[in-house]
Amino acid sequence: MTANRTIVSIEGVTKRFGPVVAVDDANIGIREGEFFALLGPSGCGKTTLLRMIAGLEEPTEGRIVIDGQDMTGIPPNRRPVNMVFQSYAVFPHMTVAENVAYGLAVTGTPKKEIETRVREGLDLVQLSGFADRRPDQLSGGQRQRVALARALVKRPRVLLLDEPLSALDAKLREAMQLELANLQARIGITFVIVTHDQDEALSMADRIAVMRDGQVEQIDTPGGLYETPGNRFVADFIGKINLVEGRVIGAEADGVAVEARGLGRVVVPHEGTASGEVHLAVRPEKIRIGRERPEADVTVRGKVTDWAYYGDISHMYVETDAGLRLSVIFQNATRHTVDAFDIGDEVWLGWNAADTLLLKD
Amino acid sequence: MSHPSREVFWLFRVFRTRSGPLEYSRRLWLRVVVAVTFLLLYAPIITLMIFSFNNSRRNVVWRGFTLKYYEKAWNNEGLFEAFTNSLTIAFVSTIVSTIIGAMVAVMLWRFRFPGKAAYEGLMALPIVVPEICMGVAMMVFFARIGWPADMPWPLNLSAITIAHIAFSFPFVAIVVRARLSGFNRELEEASHDLGATEWQTFRKVILPYMKPGLIAGALLAFTLSLDDFVITFFTSGPNTVTFPVKVYSMVRFSVTPEVNAASTVLVVITIILTAIAMRFQKPAEAA
Repeated sequence: MTANRTIVSIEGVTKRFGPVVAVDDANIGIREGEFFALLGPSGCGKTTLLRMIAGLEEPTEGRIVIDGQDMTGIPPNRRPVNMVFQSYAVFPHMTVAENVAYGLAVTGTPKKEIETRVREGLDLVQLSGFADRRPDQLSGGQRQRVALARALVKRPRVLLLDEPLSALDAKLREAMQLELANLQARIGITFVIVTHDQDEALSMADRIAVMRDGQVEQIDTPGGLYETPGNRFVADFIGKINLVEGRVIGAEADGVAVEARGLGRVVVPHEGTASGEVHLAVRPEKIRIGRERPEADVTVRGKVTDWAYYGDISHMYVETDAGLRLSVIFQNATRHTVDAFDIGDEVWLGWNAADTLLLKD
Repeated sequence: MSHPSREVFWLFRVFRTRSGPLEYSRRLWLRVVVAVTFLLLYAPIITLMIFSFNNSRRNVVWRGFTLKYYEKAWNNEGLFEAFTNSLTIAFVSTIVSTIIGAMVAVMLWRFRFPGKAAYEGLMALPIVVPEICMGVAMMVFFARIGWPADMPWPLNLSAITIAHIAFSFPFVAIVVRARLSGFNRELEEASHDLGATEWQTFRKVILPYMKPGLIAGALLAFTLSLDDFVITFFTSGPNTVTFPVKVYSMVRFSVTPEVNAASTVLVVITIILTAIAMRFQKPAEAA
C-alpha cells in the first residue's frame, strides 16, 4: 500500500479516574491509511483510549502524537481528528444539510465552499436527496450516515468510530461492514474503530489491538491474532479455542515436546524456548472428525456429548476417553452431513501438530 | 331453563366489564372525590366569573345579563393604570428572571463546585419561604437602604420588579434544569469535536435544546408576577399599584361587578398563558 508511516502514536498512555485505572500504559502505533480496531470486552478501556485520541479526555500519564504533533493539552476542536459517536449525536434541531455543514460553518468556511462540500459528503454516504430532512424523519442507519458525512467533510487525518455497528440489526450490520471498509479504501484516511464484536473487527480491520482491563494484550492483523494468539486471553477472546493443560518435557528439532493431559506426548512447533506449565491450543475447525482413526499427528478417541447445528456449520462437543472435552467445528458439506453423527457415537479426532499452538499464559 | 332475570344478569355482565384491581379511575368513590374536589376548587371562581355579567350594583342576587361593568372597568382610570403597571413589572421581571434562572440552571447542570448543594438549597429558598415573610423582608430592606421613593414611571416600579425577580428566578431555574437533564452530552462533545468553541456550542446546540424550557419558565415567571399579591402589597406604594392590589382595594370599598369583571380578565389571561406554557412543555418531554 502507500506510506506506512505512523500517524497516531500512543506513547505510554495511562488514564486514571480516581482509584480506577481505565487505561494502563498503552503503547500503540497506528499507521497512515490503515483500518485499525480497538477490540476488547466491556470495560477494557478501549472507548476511553479512543476519547483520548479525540481529545475528549486527557491522559493522566503519557502522550498522544498525531501526525507528528504532540496533542497534550490540545482541545478536541483543534485536533485533526473527528469522531462518529455511538449514539451518532446528530443535532436534532437541524436538518441533515445543516448537520453536515456544522463543522465547516463553525470554523468560518465560506458559504459556497460549504455547499459544495456538503453535497460531496452526502453523495459519499448515499444520502443525496436527504438534505432537507430532519433527524427524526430518518432511520438509525441513515442517522449514522449523517454523522459519518458530518465528520468526513472536515477531511480529518484520522476518523474515529465508537461502536459504529452495535445499534444496527444483523443484516444492516453486515451491509455497513462492507460499506465502511469500502469507504475507507476509497478515501484512504485512517480509520480507528472501537468494538466489542470480534466479527466486526476481524472482517473490517487491517490490524487490531486486543485490550483487557486497560492493557493492550496484542496488536496484530486479524489472521495473526486468530492463528498466532500471544496468550490464552487473546486465544479465547477471538473465536473459539480448545485449551489443554500440559507441561514441557523437552525440546525437539522441530519444536517443543509437551506432555499434554489426556493426549500424551505432543511435539508442538514453537519458536524460542519454553518450560514449565503451558497450555496447548487448537482451533475447533482445525480438528478432523470421523469414525476411524485419521492420519494426523495428534489423534484421540472419544464420544459425542453435544451438538449445535447452525445450518452451514456444526459445532460438535466430544469427551475423549481420558475425560478431555474438545469442541470441533465442521462444515455441513453435504446434505447428509447432518445425519452423520449422533450423541453418544464413538468418534476419532485428529489434527496436525502444525495447527497446535503453545501458550505460556 | 333460562330465567328472564338471569338473562338480564348475563347481559349486564357482558357489557359492564370487570375493572381490574388497579383501575382506580373506574371506581365510583374516586370519581365522587375528584368531582367534589373540582367543585370546591372552581365553584367560587366560576361564580365570580358568572356574576361579572350581573346587572346589579350590590351583586348579591342575579338580576340579568349585562356587559356594562366590563365597560366600567375598562374606563376606570385607576384600574387601567394598575393593569399597565402589572404588565410592565411582569414584562421586565420575566425577562430578567428568565436570564438569571437559565444561567443558574446551566451552572448547576454543568459544573461542580464547593458549596454546590448549599447553593442549590439557598436558590430554592424563595419558593419555600412564606410569601408574607418575603414581603415584609423586602419592605424592610428597601426602607433600610433608603430606596428612592419618588422616581418617575417606570422607575418607581423598580422595587416591586426587583422583588418579583427575586422570587421568580428559582422557578425558571427549576424548569430549565429539568429540561437540561435530558440533554445528551454526546451532542456537546460532537460539537466540540467538529471544531466549535464552548460559546459556539452553547449558542448553537445547548440553547436551541433549552428553548422549550426557557419558554415554559418565562411564561411561569410572567404569571407569577402578574398574579402576585402578598409580596407586591408590601413593596408597593400609592403611586405604584398593581392589578391584584387594586382589585383588593376595590373590594374593600364595594363589591360591584366591576371587581368581578377585573378579576375575570386576570383569571382568563393567566389561564391562557399557562395553557401556552404547558403546550411548550409537552414537546420538551417527547424530544
